[in-house]
Amino acid sequence: MEKDIIRVRNLTKKFGDFVANDQLTFEVKQGEIFGFLGANGAGKTTAIRMLCGLSKPTSGEMEVAGFDAYTQTELIKKNIGYMSQKFSLYDDLTIWENIRFFGGIYGLSRSAIRDRSKEMLTRLGIVNLSNRLIRDIPPGWKQKIAFSVAILHKPQIVFLDEPTGGVDPVTRRQFWDLIYEAIDQGITVFVTTHYMDEAEYCHRLSMMVNGRIVALDSPEALKQRFGSSSMNDVFVQLARSGEKSS
Amino acid sequence: MRTLFFLLQKEFIQIFRNRTMLPIIFLMPIVQLVILVYAATLEMKDIRFSVVDLDQTEQSRGVWQRFEASPFFHLNSFHSSEKRAMQDFYEGTADLLVIIPAGFEQSFYRNEPLSVQVLVNAINGLTAGLSSSYATQILLSVNQDLPLRLYAAQSSSQLKQIEITRRFWFNSSLNFKHYMVPGILVILVTVIGMFLSAINIVREKELGTMEQINVSPIGKVQFILGKLIPFIIIALFELALGLGIGKLLFDIPFRGSLWLLFSFAFLYLLLVIGFGLLLSTHSRTQQQVMFMSFFFLLVFILMSGIFTPVETMPDWARKVNYLNPFAYFMKVNRMILLKGSSIVDLWRDFLTIGLYAFLVLSLAVLTYRKRA
Repeated sequence: MEKDIIRVRNLTKKFGDFVANDQLTFEVKQGEIFGFLGANGAGKTTAIRMLCGLSKPTSGEMEVAGFDAYTQTELIKKNIGYMSQKFSLYDDLTIWENIRFFGGIYGLSRSAIRDRSKEMLTRLGIVNLSNRLIRDIPPGWKQKIAFSVAILHKPQIVFLDEPTGGVDPVTRRQFWDLIYEAIDQGITVFVTTHYMDEAEYCHRLSMMVNGRIVALDSPEALKQRFGSSSMNDVFVQLARSGEKSS
Repeated sequence: MRTLFFLLQKEFIQIFRNRTMLPIIFLMPIVQLVILVYAATLEMKDIRFSVVDLDQTEQSRGVWQRFEASPFFHLNSFHSSEKRAMQDFYEGTADLLVIIPAGFEQSFYRNEPLSVQVLVNAINGLTAGLSSSYATQILLSVNQDLPLRLYAAQSSSQLKQIEITRRFWFNSSLNFKHYMVPGILVILVTVIGMFLSAINIVREKELGTMEQINVSPIGKVQFILGKLIPFIIIALFELALGLGIGKLLFDIPFRGSLWLLFSFAFLYLLLVIGFGLLLSTHSRTQQQVMFMSFFFLLVFILMSGIFTPVETMPDWARKVNYLNPFAYFMKVNRMILLKGSSIVDLWRDFLTIGLYAFLVLSLAVLTYRKRA
C-alpha cells in the first residue's frame, strides 16, 4: 500500500459569501498522477493554491508531504514544485540564468545546479539554446522548460495548474512524456486541466463541479460507472447533474 | 545569505539588460539637473514696466530713470494717463506701472512729503513680491539721494545716515544655483529609487513570476533585501553622478564631509525605497502603484521646501513635514554641501530618518504576504 502524500479533509475556501471550495476531501498517493478536472471556475485553481500555500483555507484539514498546511507552510514549500497557467519563468533572463536562479533559491549547490541543468538541457535537446532569452523561445518550449525548472530541486510533489493551456496537441503529448519521466524519478504529480485527453493520462481523477468534488476514481472506473466510452461524456454528464442540483 | 546572492544576481542582470530603463537611470539625472537648475531660478530679470509721468520735470525723470538703469527693469512705454497705462497691464506688455503725480518737483522743492505710485501685476504672488521689493529698493535709494541733492550746496556733514553693508553667509554671491542643485538632486535620487522599486514588485506580480517566488522557500526578509539593495546602489550612484555634474557645471561647494552626506543618503534611501516596496506589495497593477507613488511624490516634493521655504509655511504644514522624508534630505543636503554642517548639527535628522526607515522597512517585511 503506497502512502498518502497529500491528505485533505473538509477543505473549504470562501471569498465572502462565495464558496469556491466546498468541503473537499481526498488523498493523493505517492508516485501517482492525480488529476483535478473541472470547467473554468469550478474551483481547481483555488484548491491548488491552497495546497501550495499561496492561499489560506477558510476551514478544514490539509497535510502536504507530511507537513501541516497551516503551521508548516515554509517546510512544504521546500518540498514542492509549482507551475501555473500564467507562464512563470523570467522573460528577460536566459534559460541558464533561470535555471541558476531557481536552483539557487531552492538551496542547490553550485555543482548540483550545473550538473542538473546540463542533464536537463541534454534531455530536452536544447543545450545550444541555453544562452537564449526566454522571451525568444517558442511557447511550447517555454512550458517544457518551466516544468523542468519546477522539478529541478527534485521536489516530492509538483503542482501543475493547467500547464498546457494554449499549446498544440503535439507539444501537449511531449509535455506529458516529461510528466511520465518525472513519475519515474519518484515525483508525485498533481495536475489541473480541462482537456479531456489529458484526463485519460492521469492515474486517478477527481471531477469538480461548482466547488465540490462530485466523483473521484481512475479514468477507466469512471467511464464504466457512467457507461460511456470517453471522459468527455463522463464530464458532460457530471457537469449537467451538478448544475441541476445547485 | 546564499539565497540573497542569487536574488541580487538576478535583479542586476535584469536591470542592466533592460534597454529602456538603463538610459532613464543614467541619462535622466544629467538632463534634468541641467534643465531644472537653469530653469528653476528665482532671480528675476527684465521686469517690464510702463511709466506715467504726469509731472514731466527733471526730478520726476530722475525717478523713473533709476528704474531704467536697474538691471532688473526694462522700460516698456510711456503713457499720458493712468488709464492708458492700465492697458499695458491688461495686454500683458508690462508687469509694473510707475506713476508720478503732477507737482512732484514742486513738492520736492517745498520740502513736502513726496509720493510715487507703483502698481504690480500680482497674478503670481511670488514674482509680484520680488518686483515690488526691487521697486521699493530703487525708491529708497531715490529717497536717500534726494536730500543729498537738495542740500548739496550746504555742508554734507549735516546728514549722518546709517549705512548698511551686508554679507551673505554660506552663499555669499546669493548664487541661486548653489541652492537649487542640492534640492534637485534630492528629487532625482528619490524619484529614481522610489519609482524603480515600486514598479519592480508589481511587475513581477503582473508577469506571474511573483507566484513562483511565493511558492519557493525564500524568506520575507531575504526577498525585501533582494529588492532593496540593488536600488540603493543605483540611487547612491545616481547621487554621486549628480554631485559630479553639480561640481563641474555649477561649481557647487562641497563644504561638509561627503562621507556624512552619503551616510545620510543611505539611511534616507532605505526609507524611500522601503516606502516604494511597501506600496508595491500592496498594489496589483503597475498603474495602481504609479498613481500611488506619484501622489506621494508630488505632495512630498511640493512641501519639501525646494521652491518655497519651509519657514513660510503655515504651522500645520510644517507639522506634516515632520513626516516628509524629502524635507529632511533637502535640509541635510543643503546644510552639508553649503554650510559644511557636521554630525553635531545633524544627529537629530540622522536619528529620525534612521528610525523612520526601520519602521517603514519592518512594515514592508511584515505586511508582505507570501499568501493572499
